[in-house]
Amino acid sequence: MNEVVPASVPVDGLLSVTWLVIVLPLAGAALLLLGGRRTDRWGHLLATGTVVAAFALAVACTVALTERAGRAVSLDLFTFIETGSLDVTAGLLLDPLSAVFVLLITGVGALIHVYSIGYMAHDPGRRRFFAYLNLFVAAMLLLVLGNSYVALYVGWEGVGLASYLLIAFWHTRPAAATAAKKAFLMNRVGDVGLALAIFLMFAQLGTTSYAGVFGSVGLLAGGTVTAIGLLLLLGACGKSGQFPLQAWLPDAMEGPTPVSALIHAATMVTAGVYLIARSAPLYDATPTARTVVLAVGAVTLLIGAIAGCAHDDIKKVLAYSTVSQIGYMFLAVGLGPVGYAAAIAHLLAHGFFKAGLFLGAGSVMHAMDDSVDMRRFGGLARRLPITFVTFGLGYLALIGFPFLSGWWTKDAIIEVALDRGGWSGWVLGGVAVLGAGLTAFYMTRLMLMTFFGTPRWEDGVHPHEAPPSMTAPMVLLAVGSVAAGFLLVAVFPLSGWLEPVFGEPEEAAHLVSPLVVSIVVTVVVALGALTAWLYVGRREVPTTAPVRVSPVVTAARRGLYADTVNESLVMRPGMWLTRALVWLDARGVDGAVNGAAAALGGGSARLGRVQTGFVRSYALGILGGAVLVAGALLAVTA
Amino acid sequence: MSDVPWLVLMIAVPAVGAAVVAALPAAREALARQLALAVSLLVLLLAVLTTIAFDPGGERFQLTTSVAWIPDFGVEFALGVDGIALSMLLLIGVLVPVVVGASWRDTPPPRPGRPARSMTAFWAWLLLLESLMVGVFAATDVFLFYVFFEAMLVPMYFLIGSFGGPNRQYAAVKFFLYSLLGGLVMLASVIGLYVVSNSQLGEGTFAFDALRQLEIDPNVQKLLFAGFFLAFAIKAPLVPFHTWLPDSGAEAPIGGAVLLVGVLDKVGTFGFLRYCLPLFPDASRDLAPWVLVLAVAGIIYAALLAVGQSDMKRLVSYTSIAHFGFIALGIFAFTTEAATGAVLYMFNHGIATGLLFIVVGMVIARGGSRQIRDYGGLAAKAPLLAGVFLLAGLASLALPGTNSFVSEFLVLIGAFPTRPVFTIIATVGIVLAALYVLLMYQRVMHGPPRGVLLVDEDDAGDGDTVRPASGGTGATAVLEAPVRARVLAVRDLSRREIAVVTPLVALILVLGVYPQPLIELISPAVEATMIDIGVDPGGSTPAAPGSTGTGGTD
Repeated sequence: MNEVVPASVPVDGLLSVTWLVIVLPLAGAALLLLGGRRTDRWGHLLATGTVVAAFALAVACTVALTERAGRAVSLDLFTFIETGSLDVTAGLLLDPLSAVFVLLITGVGALIHVYSIGYMAHDPGRRRFFAYLNLFVAAMLLLVLGNSYVALYVGWEGVGLASYLLIAFWHTRPAAATAAKKAFLMNRVGDVGLALAIFLMFAQLGTTSYAGVFGSVGLLAGGTVTAIGLLLLLGACGKSGQFPLQAWLPDAMEGPTPVSALIHAATMVTAGVYLIARSAPLYDATPTARTVVLAVGAVTLLIGAIAGCAHDDIKKVLAYSTVSQIGYMFLAVGLGPVGYAAAIAHLLAHGFFKAGLFLGAGSVMHAMDDSVDMRRFGGLARRLPITFVTFGLGYLALIGFPFLSGWWTKDAIIEVALDRGGWSGWVLGGVAVLGAGLTAFYMTRLMLMTFFGTPRWEDGVHPHEAPPSMTAPMVLLAVGSVAAGFLLVAVFPLSGWLEPVFGEPEEAAHLVSPLVVSIVVTVVVALGALTAWLYVGRREVPTTAPVRVSPVVTAARRGLYADTVNESLVMRPGMWLTRALVWLDARGVDGAVNGAAAALGGGSARLGRVQTGFVRSYALGILGGAVLVAGALLAVTA
Repeated sequence: MSDVPWLVLMIAVPAVGAAVVAALPAAREALARQLALAVSLLVLLLAVLTTIAFDPGGERFQLTTSVAWIPDFGVEFALGVDGIALSMLLLIGVLVPVVVGASWRDTPPPRPGRPARSMTAFWAWLLLLESLMVGVFAATDVFLFYVFFEAMLVPMYFLIGSFGGPNRQYAAVKFFLYSLLGGLVMLASVIGLYVVSNSQLGEGTFAFDALRQLEIDPNVQKLLFAGFFLAFAIKAPLVPFHTWLPDSGAEAPIGGAVLLVGVLDKVGTFGFLRYCLPLFPDASRDLAPWVLVLAVAGIIYAALLAVGQSDMKRLVSYTSIAHFGFIALGIFAFTTEAATGAVLYMFNHGIATGLLFIVVGMVIARGGSRQIRDYGGLAAKAPLLAGVFLLAGLASLALPGTNSFVSEFLVLIGAFPTRPVFTIIATVGIVLAALYVLLMYQRVMHGPPRGVLLVDEDDAGDGDTVRPASGGTGATAVLEAPVRARVLAVRDLSRREIAVVTPLVALILVLGVYPQPLIELISPAVEATMIDIGVDPGGSTPAAPGSTGTGGTD
């Protein structure tokens, strides 16, 4: 990672076809979109097959990677753009960091494809759905596998497109169409940051490849590195739904639930974490930008957790939970070298349990005629036993129940936050612990309102368990939710696997003993869960949300006024400006010209004459012009 | 192959075709359009052969032809192309057959009290326009360029004025007057160049290669630059010289609009690169900041105006004005990367905006209205139309994977080292681009069925129609209120329409993934231009490890 030019060790065997991992799902998408109705019958199976195959190939490549010196492979495929001093090669980088992402994307992606076979079985747009889903997997793989910031950017906007298409999948619903547009636009705001960061790298270093940029970070002035770090962070905030660009993610729940699970929980929204972790050599050189990263993370984890407490829409609660959990990951990467591995571990564990939770939510919706209102759920544990157990395990993993995934990975983040020391360490650690308590509250509330208590179902709803194609992925993800943390932290430590990327994990002297942290967190989590039980477990849940509530609850219900702020600061002024400019352009700029045009014969009554005399006036015009010109020239040269 | 006068053929074939079509009796409309298609395909073939005959690594101007025309003034009928001009010839070659296909079923506008015109004239003007467009890019004699530049107005004037929308005559006259004004001012500068060459070389000339070696006094340069610049800034409209384009773009028949923004307007940006920079390097450098102000102001201003449009064709016209701002930014940033990006942008914009105009035309052909509010929910019934519409829109907002991304990225990354502030403002334009594209797409294609294409269910005829979703709001609620169910009657793309869009869709995707061959065609000519203005053609960044490239002033 510190070499200026990567040693070009020839790549042969399996690793030389790493690009197939991307091409397989891409080919699936192309075939389904171009093949049209002919592929209606088997298209979904083909799409699923390509992702399963990509997963198998990814596993094989990762195994091959472990046997390679340096555990990294850089593959140059073809010259994308070369002109002047700009040379962008389309190339891939498979290293421990991209490998874990590839496994997550193809693994969870394959499970969610399988789940969607059942979930979308009766949807007339099933083929289109699977095509978009394949397109997403391909773009996401390009994002993590590219060996330059340009390749990352191509994948970055590619997943944005897939996300747009899938949020708007049921596009006859205005809410879905609007949510998709909002997601794309807010992402584009972030993309401006990412693009400018790339421009700045090129202007300063003449390269955009990871090897080139990271090899010459030392040449950059401190202010430049900080600027690049902050611009990259803007991009990361857009993609990952972090403050101040978080408002699109809850709305994105308009998309079909498998989409929420794969794109808006497990993979795409974690791309911001990937971007910052990947850019570790840059962030290592700029403590200022890192501090902003962790501040964003800390603020967002609280915003997400608070908003999650007040929503009654099961998917929105999970969406705010995602916002909040990614906040934890940002907090961790913002802590620098000590936090990278912890962030990635939490990202992977979150990928399992949040995808599982969303699939469970989809199963509940499937049972409840597509309702998402938890106030009309209740008592579903007995009707949906598999969903209940798998969802329950995901729930326990998320709140950090001892020895399940979240307990390992979230506690690790809280520990490194406290290890930062000083007042900021205490504040960050405190925020993270508080977040854990809030998480326990909103998730317990969700569990109780959905699976326990008396049924509050709408008339005519007959809950039934989902078909095996849906429950099987839920079971597998539940197993992952239980075991991932243990495996990644205790058995095969992720920090060791990622060592070639982030350097040797240092065994820091803990300021607070991990045991104490663990006990405190567990107590806070228990308190959060208990509070939820006091609110919704112990007493009857009203089927409509109470109107007379405290200002805090109102604020939380409105996502802490993110939309209100965006609307009053950006949207409305923008609309006024646009209207004013349209008026100005028609009256002001064009009005002046029209006056002249009318004088020259543009009036409608005289149009005919202009036209008949067209050739003559044209010739006269040229002649008159020439005379003018000759005069002017004489004046100039005389 | 290089002794074949390819350029003469490319001018002559469509000109002869135009004459033949014009000579056909008005009743032979079908034959006229078949001939037009055949001729335009032949020109495409010629353009491809010309490209094969061209050696990207060879002399700057190749395939040259030169015949004395007005010897008394040293005017020659001199043709020749560099990679920049050749890319424009390829664009013409691709777009004209597509335009013929897209206009295949067009009918002339009704004329109250008089019989409608015959479409035969439309096809003849179209072919004449193609001939003159080839000429304007292939001319290497400045006077000849001027002649083509002005002559090109005539067929376009008639395409708009005779075959356009309800307000066509206003738009055509406005187009004509604007262009004429610019052309006249340019003529002044052309004659000025002649006078200068006469005094420096002893005999006057209009030959580009001789003129660019003149040493012109910087103040005279500024005057002459201004003449060319005004003409080109009107043609490739930069704000505030742009107000003719929305009218022309909206009123022109779709085929005319495609060629207008796709090719004709590129003569302006082509002129910046071919004439303004090499002939007046000092003036270009001195005045570049002012041009950049217009360019970047245009990117933001036109994008905001596009957001505010209710007429789809006007909207697309405004997006083009914003795109021309990007091209001008790339040209006046004075780096190889940005200028290469600008030329690539000229090509890609022709393809992408051409496609967008064509699909907008297909929507209008179905509903008979240009207003966005008259449509809604078409995607449910016409998925292919919606898909192509979206792809054209995504290319317009320069999404990676489409051709436009490569050019916009090159312009911005190339301009950043020399002009960071302008580039940062321009980059904000990419958010606005997403906004105007997605707003239009959402309103026309998404949501419940709505607008002029709704019919009573009894009249729909087939069962394959989409009912409005219940619970609609606003206008929808009103439309679906009546007793009878209303459904959307819109057919998806026909075979002809699929054939029309396929080449453009393919180019958008192929050039989005593998643009390098086109870049290699363009780069040498761009580098030559950079040398003309005294900029290191090796690139704009200083510190690339292992590279010694310098340059990039400021």
